[in-house]
Amino acid sequence: MHETLKIEGLYTSFESDYGSTKVLEDISLSIKQSEVLALVGESGSGKTVTSLSIMGLLPTNGKINQGSITLLSKNNKKLNILELSDAELNEIRGNDVAMVFQEPMTCLNPTMTIGSQITEVILNHKKISKIDAYKLMINLLKLVEIPEPEQRANEYPHQLSGGMRQRIMISIALACEPKLIIADEPTTALDVTIQAQLLDLLKKLKNSVVSKTSILFITHNLGIVREIADRIIVMYAGTIVEEGSVEEVFNNPLHPYTKSLIQSLPEFNIDNQKKIQPIPGSIPNMNDLPSGCYFHPRCSFAKENCKIKKPVLEKILNNRKSRCFEYHQLI
Amino acid sequence: MLEIKKLSKEFIVEKSFFNSSNLTVKAVQDVSFSIEKNQVVGLVGESGSGKSTLGKTIMKLLNPSAGNIIFNNVDITHYNNQQMKKIRKQLQMIFQDPFASLNPRKSIFDALAEPVIVHSLISKKNLHEYINSIIADVGLNVESLSRYPHEFSGGQRQRIGIARALVFKPQFIIADEPVSALDVSIQAQVLNLLEKIRDEYNLTMIFISHDLSVIEYFSDVVIVLYLGRVMEISTKNKLFEKPLHPYSKALLSAVPKVKSKKINKILIKGDIPSPINPPSGCVFRTRCKYAIKQCSEIVPELKEVDSDRKVACIREEVW
Repeated sequence: MHETLKIEGLYTSFESDYGSTKVLEDISLSIKQSEVLALVGESGSGKTVTSLSIMGLLPTNGKINQGSITLLSKNNKKLNILELSDAELNEIRGNDVAMVFQEPMTCLNPTMTIGSQITEVILNHKKISKIDAYKLMINLLKLVEIPEPEQRANEYPHQLSGGMRQRIMISIALACEPKLIIADEPTTALDVTIQAQLLDLLKKLKNSVVSKTSILFITHNLGIVREIADRIIVMYAGTIVEEGSVEEVFNNPLHPYTKSLIQSLPEFNIDNQKKIQPIPGSIPNMNDLPSGCYFHPRCSFAKENCKIKKPVLEKILNNRKSRCFEYHQLI
Repeated sequence: MLEIKKLSKEFIVEKSFFNSSNLTVKAVQDVSFSIEKNQVVGLVGESGSGKSTLGKTIMKLLNPSAGNIIFNNVDITHYNNQQMKKIRKQLQMIFQDPFASLNPRKSIFDALAEPVIVHSLISKKNLHEYINSIIADVGLNVESLSRYPHEFSGGQRQRIGIARALVFKPQFIIADEPVSALDVSIQAQVLNLLEKIRDEYNLTMIFISHDLSVIEYFSDVVIVLYLGRVMEISTKNKLFEKPLHPYSKALLSAVPKVKSKKINKILIKGDIPSPINPPSGCVFRTRCKYAIKQCSEIVPELKEVDSDRKVACIREEVW
């Protein structure tokens, strides 16, 4: 098995007093070793729920109804995440899979120095002495290009800027050289110049220290995808609508949603002085999904069939997939 | 139509309840520009660059510390609230989060009718008709008037925010990050709407955003702000073709684009300094790779390069 992570037919729902709401439907994806896979979609499309399902971090009312998630652990053992106990999951989190969240301030402990937060992770998962853990921690800080690491290690999260905090989060994620890093909108809260610094750092790390680690990169920013990812998966209303290599999907999208999403970006409408072509309507309510293809009410290619039958994620060409009956109109 | 002369805004930092300090946050410093009728001026900069403070100061929601605001040839800098009430009919603002500016207990009709009644713009008889026409202009149906803010999606709320600015039929609108909280597909809808009302209502606008591609799409003239100071003022086309100021260069190069993968990015080091104690001389010098000794000594003047652009940088040879 070359896949670091493999998800098959995942269905997740949230239970409430008013019944159950489907949030993920038939999610199947896999990440190869050292691949950067971008998961893209608008708010409410299920990007974050997918990542939380992998980490076993769904809120208490979240339920995985069907499917399997298989992770290749560091000693090349296949682990079925959905069958693991909490203790076993804790063993994996931070060690085999690590996560970088959008808002580092809410993830870092405000009462602990950043140095001790990093060493905490190391000591939890590695059998090494405190002195070695300290050395490793300083090395990690150097790796993420924190100036004066010995001093910074004694500081608290509030003393650092947003960009620095996110660097700390990355160093924690790297601490145990995990097989997979899930980065959920890691640069969204940052200014563009700081975002550029971080993307540059991630690319550098990718080419050196963690060249074998796979990254699942969740973002709504298509520009970042272009810059950092190898492959892209586009989500809409809890389903995967398109999959393919970044280059190919951007040059020739095979799902109407992807196509209109790209066309609605302002950058594509500047030269030709045309008005932006927005996608009409809005994202459907997950409790009240349209019949047939979930995108058909907003789709300009929709035919009668799309209103009745649900399309499946079909393999088209090599390594491309699209959930659309009318994809041939796009080729 | 609008002229800003050497506008500054400082906030006093409160050290504690009893000790007043003399530290100030220099949010906006020495900003001058002018806007002609029907122009859209984009204000762009990172967080802490003073974009919003500048917008609010022009609206006189904040009192300027120094400088002048001249609107339609009248100096409104020292107008009191009573006098501003008249001006604000022509000068309106759209905010980033319309949910925060709509009263959750008022229906949309009441929210839109209130300013009309307060300013007695329209007779009661014609009120319904008037509000109906405004709500149609922003692309919502008449039934939505009886609903409450929480019943709307983000994009619809922003349409209501726009409707609320439009009830006065203003000449001038300051839009502060109007599409930043929205998803890409909805953002495009709202941008189109803003463009439509701009033409229909003959508006002059200040468009504040941190998103350069939105600025590029929407503005005629762009002002690049950094730490409260203007780095570059330029017509849109010239700026995006060839930015001159080192900061504009870095900012434009930092934006990831879908169209083309960028290989040689200009990275700037470090973070934006504290506005309480901004660097001497040029505020950008601490992160600028072209900075020389003089940069810390002289505050660079906004010099006219040609009729379309002005740049505040003394290192002309690196432009």
